[in-house]
Amino acid sequence: MRHLSRFLLIALCWLWTGFAQAQVAQEILQSNSALVEKASRQTIGPVIDALATSGDPAAAMILGAWSAKGLGLRKTDGRFVLLGPSADGYALRDLNGNDIGTAPTAEIAELKPNAGVRGLIATALVQFNLSDPDPTKRADALASIASDPTEAGLAPLRASIAAEKDAGLLAQKQRLERLLTLRFDPDSAARVMAIQSFGADIGLDLRGALNPLLATRRVVVVGAAPPDANIAQELLPGKTLTIAQAYELLQAANLAPARLTLADQRAALIANLENGAVGGVALAVLNTQAARDRAYTALEVAGKVPLATTEDEVTSALANHRFFDVYLEADPAVTQAASTALAAISQQVGIMQAADLALDGLSLASIYFLAAIGLAITFGVMGVINMAHGEFITIGAYTGFVVQQWVPNYTASILIALPLAFAVTFAIGVAMERLVIRHLYKRPLETLLATFGISIALQQILKNIFGTQARPLTSPAWLDGAWVLNDVVSISYIRIAIFVLALVFLAFFLWLMKRTRLGLEVRAVTQNPTMAASMGINPDRINMLTFGIGSGIAGIAGVAIGLFAKVTSELGTDYIVQSFMTVVVGGVGNIWGALAGATMIGGLQKAIEWLNPSNTLAAQTYMILFIILFIQFRPRGIIALKGRAAGD
Amino acid sequence: MQTSRTNPSLTVFVATLLAFAVLITALSEGYGTGHLSTSFIKTLGKTLCLGLAALAMDLIWGYAGILSLGHMAFFALGGYMIGMWLMYARTREIVEASLSGGGLPATPQELEQGIASQIFGVVGGSDLPFIWGFAHSFPLQMALVVLVPGVLALVFGWLAFRARVTGVYLSILTQAMTLALALYLFQNESGLRGNNGLSGLQNLPGLADVDQATLSVWFFWASAAALGLAYLLISWIVSGKFGSVIRAIRDDEARVRFLGYSVEGYKLFVFALTAVVIALAGALYYPQAGIINPAELAPTASIYLAVWVAIGGRGRLYGAVIGAAVVSLLSSWFTGGRAPSIPLGFGRLDWVDWWQVLLGLTFVLVTLFAPKGLGGLFDALTGLRSPNRRGAALGPDQGALQEREAQK
Repeated sequence: MRHLSRFLLIALCWLWTGFAQAQVAQEILQSNSALVEKASRQTIGPVIDALATSGDPAAAMILGAWSAKGLGLRKTDGRFVLLGPSADGYALRDLNGNDIGTAPTAEIAELKPNAGVRGLIATALVQFNLSDPDPTKRADALASIASDPTEAGLAPLRASIAAEKDAGLLAQKQRLERLLTLRFDPDSAARVMAIQSFGADIGLDLRGALNPLLATRRVVVVGAAPPDANIAQELLPGKTLTIAQAYELLQAANLAPARLTLADQRAALIANLENGAVGGVALAVLNTQAARDRAYTALEVAGKVPLATTEDEVTSALANHRFFDVYLEADPAVTQAASTALAAISQQVGIMQAADLALDGLSLASIYFLAAIGLAITFGVMGVINMAHGEFITIGAYTGFVVQQWVPNYTASILIALPLAFAVTFAIGVAMERLVIRHLYKRPLETLLATFGISIALQQILKNIFGTQARPLTSPAWLDGAWVLNDVVSISYIRIAIFVLALVFLAFFLWLMKRTRLGLEVRAVTQNPTMAASMGINPDRINMLTFGIGSGIAGIAGVAIGLFAKVTSELGTDYIVQSFMTVVVGGVGNIWGALAGATMIGGLQKAIEWLNPSNTLAAQTYMILFIILFIQFRPRGIIALKGRAAGD
Repeated sequence: MQTSRTNPSLTVFVATLLAFAVLITALSEGYGTGHLSTSFIKTLGKTLCLGLAALAMDLIWGYAGILSLGHMAFFALGGYMIGMWLMYARTREIVEASLSGGGLPATPQELEQGIASQIFGVVGGSDLPFIWGFAHSFPLQMALVVLVPGVLALVFGWLAFRARVTGVYLSILTQAMTLALALYLFQNESGLRGNNGLSGLQNLPGLADVDQATLSVWFFWASAAALGLAYLLISWIVSGKFGSVIRAIRDDEARVRFLGYSVEGYKLFVFALTAVVIALAGALYYPQAGIINPAELAPTASIYLAVWVAIGGRGRLYGAVIGAAVVSLLSSWFTGGRAPSIPLGFGRLDWVDWWQVLLGLTFVLVTLFAPKGLGGLFDALTGLRSPNRRGAALGPDQGALQEREAQK
C-alpha cells in the first residue's frame, strides 16, 4: 500500500516537473497538506522523497525551513508559506522566497516536525549538501553519512562523485562510496569487489564497516542444517558450547522445558513445608543439597511439584538438536570476502600495534630516564641516596606552575620555567648538601634517613603552600595533539618533546662529564677524594656543585613531567622508587647504565601491559619482581663498572 | 640469668610494661574507672604493636645492620591474614542468620555463595578466590599469619643476600618489594578486595555481646604481652653468641665471612625472624584499627618504621620501643587537631599542617647531632658516655678498648 502510494506520487512528480518546475514543490506540499500538517515518521517519507527529487531549485530551502520550524500553513487560504520573525507575528515569503507581507500569529499554523521527521528531512537534504558549492558543507555532509551509514546515502553519494572538483573531497567520497557499497549494494559481486579493493587497509572506518557483515546469531534446529542460511560454524554442545549455554538456547527457543534451578527448588520446598518437614524429610536436615534433592523427589512422587528435568532428558534434548552460528548477512560470498579481509587487516593491525607499543615503551623509558638522570649524578656518581629527589621533581613542576601564573604565554612561560626550575632546585640542592649531606658522606644509610626527613618536610611545606588539589601546568598549544601515522600508531607531541629533552640531557651529561674541567674534577673526586685533594682540587666545592647540578636536573625533569602528569605535592613520590630502580638496574656510576635501565624498565613495563592490557598495576608489580630477580644475575646492573672505578 | 645481666634493661622494661598495663586497665572503661576513652585504649594498644614492630626493626637494623625499608609489608601481610579470618567468620555469622530466616537451613554451598557475594560484592565478584581457602579456620589462618610473611621473607632474603646485595642497594630493593606488593594488592584481581581492603575487623566473631570497651582492653593486654615476650626473646637473642655474630656482621661483614661464619645464613635468619615478629604485631594491630587496605604497604610506611627506631636510638631495644611510642603518639596528637595552634605575628601555626615539617626536620637533626636518639638520654642518666676519639678508629688488636672506654 505504502509502496503504491509512493510510486504514484513519484509518477505525479515526474509529470509536474515537465511543465511547471517552479511550482512543483508547492504542488507537492499542497496535494499532501494533510500528511504534511500531521507529519509522522511512518507516513511522511514519500512526500519528502518527492520534494527532494522534484528538481525544484527551492526544494533544499523548503526542506531546510521545514526542519527548522520555518514552514507554516496559512489558515486563510490553506497555502504553505515560509515564516520569518516580525514585530507582530510572522514575516511571510512564498515558497520561491519572495516576500508576501506579514501575518498575525493566529493566522498561521506553524509546522513542528518531530525528531523522526527531522531525521528524514536531514537525510533527504544530504544529497543537496553533497553537491553544495561550499566545500565545508560538502565535507559536513560526508561526515554525517560516514557517522551514520545507511542505504539511503549510497545513491546521492554516487551521483555527487562525478561533479566533485576538490581532490581531497573526491578521495573521501570515493572511499565512503566503497564503504557503503560493501554494505548496502544489492549486487553481490560489487560488494565483494569493494571489499577486496581495500586490501589490508587498517582504517577504523573499514573495520567498522566490515565487522557488522560478520555479525552472527545463534540458531537451534531439529535435524539438518537450514539450507538457505549462511552458516558461520556449527556449535557442538560440550565442546564449542557449554552444556548449560546449549540448554539455555533450547529453552529460549521453547524447544525444551526450563531446568529446575536451586532457587526454584528452594522456593518449592518452602512452599510445601508441613509440620516441620518437607516430603517426609525433616526441616533441620535440609541443610545439604542431597537431602533437598531427596525431599524434592518425594514431592514429585506425591505430585505436589512439577517434574524436574533430569540429566538424561537434558542430554537427549541436546542430542536431538543442532546449534549453529548463522551470519545475519545472507550472502556467503560477501561474508567470505569480509572474513578474509579482516584476517589480513588484523595481521596488519598486529604489526602496527607492535610498532605503537615500541613507541609507547620508548616514551615511558624517556620519562623514567628524565626522572632518574638527576639521581644518576647524585646517587650514581656521588653515591648519595637522596630520598628528597622526588621533591626536587615536584618543586620543578610547581616552579613551572608559578611561572605560568605570571607569564600568560605558555611557550614563553615554559622557556622561562626550565632554567628557573634548574636555578631553584640547584639552590635547594646546594643548601641541602652544605647543611646536611656533607656531614654524612661516611654514613650512607643515615643519608638515606636524613634526606627522607627533608623529603617529608618539603612535601608538607609544598602542600601547605599549594594545597592538596592538583595544579595545572599547561603545555603550549603547539605541543597539543598527537603525531598520527595511522589509526593504530600515534604518539602525542608532548611525549616526543620529552624524548627529545631526554636526549638533550644525555648529551649535556656526557659533555659535562667528559669534556669539561668540572666533569674531570667530579670524576677525580668520586674515585679518590684524598688524591684529588692533593692534586689541588677542592672536594668540598666539587661535591657541592655536583649535588647541585643533579638536583637542578631533577627540577627541569619536574617541569617536563608536570606537563603531562597532575602536579600535586605527591608527584615526586610516584617516581622516586622507580628512579632508584632505574639507576640500580642500569648500573651505578654510568650514564649509559641509567639509559639502559630506563629503556629496559620502560620497554618491559609496556610489554607486560600489552600481555595484560586491562591492568597497569599488575604490569608494575611484575616489573618490580622481574627487577628483583634481575639483580640476582647482574648485581651491579646492566652496565657495571670494572676495576678500580667500581670501588669496594 | 645471663640475658638479664647483659641486658639490664630487660627487668626494668618488663616491670614498666606491667605497671603500665595495670594502670591503663584501672583507668579503662571496660574494667576500671573509665577515665580513659575506649578509642584512647585502642590507640595505646596500637602503639604497643608499633613498638613491637620497632623492636624487630631494631634487631635487624640496629644489631644486624640491615636497613630494610620493606618490613611494614610484613606488618600489613600479618594484618591481612588475620583480617581474612575475621572478615570471613563475621560474614558467615551474618549470612547464616539471614539465610536461616528464609525458611530452610542453609546448605554449605548457599552459605559459601552468600559469604562470597557479601565480601566481594564491592569489587564485583561473587566467588571466593582460592587464597581464601583457609579463611574458615582460625588455626589455619593463624598459621598463615606466620607462614606467609615468613616464607616471603625467606625467599626475598635468600635471593637478596645470595646476590650479596647490601647497604643502600638492599634498602632500595626492599622498598621495591613493598611497592610491588602494594601495587599488587591494589588490584581487584588480587582477591583481597583491591583498594577497599578488609574492613569491620574490630568485631570479633562469636563475641557479639562483648562490647568494644572490654575488647579494647583485651587487645591492649594481648599487645602488651606480645611486646613483653618479644622483648624477652630478642634480648635473649642479642645477648648470646648469636648476638655477637650479628653485631660483627653489622660492623664488618667481610671479616666475619673470612672467619668462617655463614653470613648469609645469619642475615636470612634475622630477616625472616623479624618478618614473623612484625607480622604478629600486624595481626594484633589491625583488629584494633578495624580496617586494612593496600595503602598501609606504601614504601613510606616502612621508612617511618626506620625513623622511629632512629629517633628512639638504634642498637638498644628499649630505644626502639620508646621511639615508636613517642613519635606515633605525638603524631596522632598533633595531626588529630588537639594540639593548640601557636599564634604568630603574621598568622597562626596550625600543627595539623606543620607537624610533618617539624617531624622531618627533627629527624634530620637527630641523624646529624644525636645518632643515639632518645636512648642516649638513658646513657646520660646512667653516666655512660661515648669516648671522643676524634674520628680515629680502634685498631683490630685494641678491640677490647671499646668496652673499657664505654664503661668509663
